[in-house]
Amino acid sequence: MKRIAVLALVLLLAATMVFSVVGCKKEDKNVIRIGLIAPMTGDASTFGTSTKNGFTMAIEEAGTTVAGLTIQLFFADDRNDATEAVNVATKLATQDKVHAIIGSVSSKCSIPVSEVAEANKVVQITPTSTNPKVTLDPERKTFVFRACFIDPFQGTVGAKFALDNLKAKKAAVMFDQGNDYTIGLANFFKEAFVAGGGVIVGWEAYGKDDVDFSAQLTKIAAAKPDVLYLPDYYNKVSLIGQQARQKGIKAPFLGGDGWDSSELDFATMDGGYFTNHYSAGDTRPIVVDWVAKYTAKYDATPDSLATLAYDATKLLLKAIETAGSNDTTAIRDALQGISLDVVSGRVSFDADGNPTKAAVILQIKDGKQVYVATVSP
Amino acid sequence: MTGLLEQVFNGLQLGFVYALIALGYTMVYGIIRLINFAHGDIFMVGAFVGVLGYTAWGLPFPVAVAVSMIVCAVAGVTIERLAYRPLRYAPRIAALISAIGVSIFLEYFCSLKFVFGPNYRVVTRPFEVTTFTVGGANVTNIQVVVAVVVLALLAGLQYMLYRTRIGKAMRAVSQDHDAARLMGINVDSVISATFGIGSALAAAGGVLYAVAYPQIWPFLGIMPGLKAFTAAVLGGIGSVPGAVLGAIIMGQVDVLSAAYISSQFRDAIGFSILIIVLLVRPTGLLGSRQREKV
Repeated sequence: MKRIAVLALVLLLAATMVFSVVGCKKEDKNVIRIGLIAPMTGDASTFGTSTKNGFTMAIEEAGTTVAGLTIQLFFADDRNDATEAVNVATKLATQDKVHAIIGSVSSKCSIPVSEVAEANKVVQITPTSTNPKVTLDPERKTFVFRACFIDPFQGTVGAKFALDNLKAKKAAVMFDQGNDYTIGLANFFKEAFVAGGGVIVGWEAYGKDDVDFSAQLTKIAAAKPDVLYLPDYYNKVSLIGQQARQKGIKAPFLGGDGWDSSELDFATMDGGYFTNHYSAGDTRPIVVDWVAKYTAKYDATPDSLATLAYDATKLLLKAIETAGSNDTTAIRDALQGISLDVVSGRVSFDADGNPTKAAVILQIKDGKQVYVATVSP
Repeated sequence: MTGLLEQVFNGLQLGFVYALIALGYTMVYGIIRLINFAHGDIFMVGAFVGVLGYTAWGLPFPVAVAVSMIVCAVAGVTIERLAYRPLRYAPRIAALISAIGVSIFLEYFCSLKFVFGPNYRVVTRPFEVTTFTVGGANVTNIQVVVAVVVLALLAGLQYMLYRTRIGKAMRAVSQDHDAARLMGINVDSVISATFGIGSALAAAGGVLYAVAYPQIWPFLGIMPGLKAFTAAVLGGIGSVPGAVLGAIIMGQVDVLSAAYISSQFRDAIGFSILIIVLLVRPTGLLGSRQREKV
């Protein structure tokens, strides 16, 4: 008797699930479906919030339609986890049938998402993923673009800054061995640093969930580096920075755009430098305007995550306008040929789907990000 | 070898925390032959409650640790009552799967916004970190606190197991449930007490871990749980001194392999030990000859 009741319950649940899926919408000529994939929760959650804010502002400024098509939005949280990113991307592409995706934030998520996007002919623009493999692996994925510079450039900027400005001859590097972003950036930094006459005295790895870096840092402290390069996200970098100081490492910290968060441990990282996509203190009118309207709406200074998401969305909307339809191939072609002034600079895509952008160097000083220099490619 | 002493101290800090968790695994296994996979997550709950204790609730640090231990003891006893007791004399795999289920439940339940939330939280320490040198090695006051607390708890556990009636009852039940029952021991209470004590120790470990590595999130307990489980197996699962010995060794292996072999192979080496132990000497270093387990 009990068994029949359980069986009936299971069948009822299954039936409900089947019917909810069957009620899906069909293709519609007058709709453009745009998905956003960002790490709303997890170890990069401030990135996700900023990205969503930038994206939402751009969509709101466009209104409810673009090129006569009604905009439908889909939001997905990839938790900064590659497996989750693939799951949500597959759902967006196959179930929700989006035409375009803005996302993801971190390269380790964007790379698998790009495979899904390319296979399903969904246009993808990642606002902030800097690893070259997002658009090129090894062939160009024609539907995938990015709104930011790439790590070979970023790593070189970091290395040159260390050599020329910090006068560093010995550098130590720590990276997450499971994260394409940190591995790529660390390698590009190493190449450029060594090419410029420096010596890498420490090359240590750690796992994604590691919290204890004492073994690696004791080794690095013994090698007495002039600079410690930490190309990871704000969470990890804050932890490593604290332990580094405890181990007696006095060298300044240097890092990449993963540091750009209000939740970075400003006290520990004080005096550190990082390469970034834009500076809120930039005096160009388009930046001043952007900072003002973002601050008015969200009561916070926009970081590069929000700015690049805004830029990426603006680029996508312009491409849709140019294409005039929701045909993803037409949108892709329009995007490839685009040239637009956005907040972070003038963007036009090269054959690899990458724009040519300048980098800024910011310093963490007294609880704030302070502009130091701009480096053009 | 430069810095060897410092690396040994690094390994001790990890080893002590793993010891607290490993004790829970080993005591529960000893008494009901179950590998409690949810133990790492009790460790996580302990970390959160302890941190909430000395931050949001404003309790002094030792009181926060005590509160965390009590909360987790209650949680452990509740889990035992709901998830494991009904399956106590069922095939062992059922309880094992139940344990995995409890583990997943705890992780995702604590990720819900109205509980702890899914995000990483940075923890403020209850006292300032100071470093001083001992024999040329950098030592932090946190390492000292961890060592002192763990050694005190171990001494307390040892006293309880060998000098009190409840300890004697635990040892009896771990030998044979039915014989213990015949001797007038309330087996259910003793098992509940074991879970309670094991969970309390894990909670203390959790708070110390949070103070040492000031970032907590709902999936915090997975890696330390796995490492501590390896430590318990290494030392001989079911043996209390074995758990501590295994944990100290695991801590040293973890740190020394990262320092002198390769930091990229750290986890691989640590878990290879688990495989080697199970192949070569499955009862562990200090374990007694037992029947085959899951």
